[in-house]
Amino acid sequence: MDFKLKALTKSIWVFHVSAGSCNNCDIEILDCLTPRFDLERFGIQLIGSVRHADAILITGAMNRKSVPRMKKIYEQAPKPCVVVAVGQCALSRHMFRFSYNVKEPLDNILPVDLYIPGCPPRPEAIIDGIVKLVNKIRENK
Amino acid sequence: MSHKVIVPIGPYHPLQEEPEFFQLYVDGERVVDIDIIIGYNHRGIEQLAETKHFDQVAFLVERICGICSSSHPYAYVLAVEDILGGEREVVPERALYIRTIIDELQRLHSHLLWLGLAGHFIGYNTVWMWAWKYREPVLDCFEMITGNRQNYAMFKIGGVRRDIKDEDIPVLKKALDELVPAIEMFRGAVMDDPVIKMRLKEAGTLTKQQAIDWCVVGPTARASGINIDIRRDEPYGVTDRVNWSVIIENDGDVFAKTIVRILEMNESVHIIRQCLEKMPKGKIDADIKDVPPGEGIGRVEAPRGECFHYIRSDGTNRPVRLKIRAPSFMNVASDKVAAVGGTISDAALTLAAVDPCYCCTARLAVIDKPSNKKIMNGWDLVKLSQEKTEKLKQGLSDTGK
Repeated sequence: MDFKLKALTKSIWVFHVSAGSCNNCDIEILDCLTPRFDLERFGIQLIGSVRHADAILITGAMNRKSVPRMKKIYEQAPKPCVVVAVGQCALSRHMFRFSYNVKEPLDNILPVDLYIPGCPPRPEAIIDGIVKLVNKIRENK
Repeated sequence: MSHKVIVPIGPYHPLQEEPEFFQLYVDGERVVDIDIIIGYNHRGIEQLAETKHFDQVAFLVERICGICSSSHPYAYVLAVEDILGGEREVVPERALYIRTIIDELQRLHSHLLWLGLAGHFIGYNTVWMWAWKYREPVLDCFEMITGNRQNYAMFKIGGVRRDIKDEDIPVLKKALDELVPAIEMFRGAVMDDPVIKMRLKEAGTLTKQQAIDWCVVGPTARASGINIDIRRDEPYGVTDRVNWSVIIENDGDVFAKTIVRILEMNESVHIIRQCLEKMPKGKIDADIKDVPPGEGIGRVEAPRGECFHYIRSDGTNRPVRLKIRAPSFMNVASDKVAAVGGTISDAALTLAAVDPCYCCTARLAVIDKPSNKKIMNGWDLVKLSQEKTEKLKQGLSDTGK
């Protein structure tokens, strides 16, 4: 992958979007930042605006109201930008698959680079996933 | 009036985890009106419930909200057991105790979570980090008992899915013993810190009459002096067989809401300890096969307030109708009175003070109404709030000299 993205792996700034989740994945993402797991030692930081983001973490099953907004958020992000789907709902819509309001899985809408399964994924799983992604980007050159 | 500015908060920002959209109408620094737009999280759960059978719905309602992931299934199984003749008639004794323990552990983790976020909003990131640090042992207890940190899947119609093993009880007790000094520390930190006091006192006040008018529930109502608690008013589990008290404050501001939640954690610890002492041996599941036709309701005091489930069965294996009323639905509306009249730097805090469960609700940005230009997102608001705390701190240290 390109040089720019490789440089970003030293300090990934993460923007977190809840696209209609039950909150559990979101709590576990915040949990990653707190003293026990402390993601910041990898240079990963949660930021307030998608315009500064190197990675977007998306949780939850996308409903009709959030799909257009999600596209807008992705357009606003500076490229290159990695998209990480966190949790079973973002991966496959989980038990909301047959809901009238949840039409499409996330990867039909945005290019997803990393899938982290689990309901919710443990903080260890999220950290492991992100470290794997960083390593992969670095190897790919 | 001509200089009315709209401050949109939401729907997607990193602090409130769930999407929820607030439009604050501001005149200078004052908030003059507020619009709450919800529905960014609508997943059609009530309709989905009608397509699943009774046992599956318990897992579905668990995923309404990740923070109250025991309150919703609890209210749901109570509603189904209401059709079957009532929780006390159907459920084995030991299961009642286990249910109460899980419900109170969840209250501990939820209140710690809120306390951390509230600390972050006023610029006390240490409170955030420490509160979440002490929350981890509670999640460890959950993992030990249920096998998962969140989404415990403990509740089933007629009992619970997993037993609390004898060897787990000392570990649980030890975790609680270690939590008590932490709660005491937080109480001291909030009550004695002059800056927190100045910042939270008289911010986002909801008077008793307003609280009654807006039908608020849970800690938000109790902080305004309304004496309600479903655990006492309509006991479920073993909440009427243990000693505890309902915490009531009269001020109705954010400070009172914080105190109510911190003191409630003490009560939760107290309840769990008594349950662990009194818990009898025996079955944990009643093996319910069929649900007869009928209607039932279930009410549970979730960490945010009364969680209500209504269910109708026609004798088949699927519910005909499931109606859910989550506590935040009532509490979020009260922001309309609580935030109006306050300053914009208090708004983020006031909106967060009802501990909104945005899984049912959207997010905030600022637009200048005449020009529609000025945009401010939730992050800037939090910064504004943190700056105010900083100023107060500065002022305090100046007078101290």
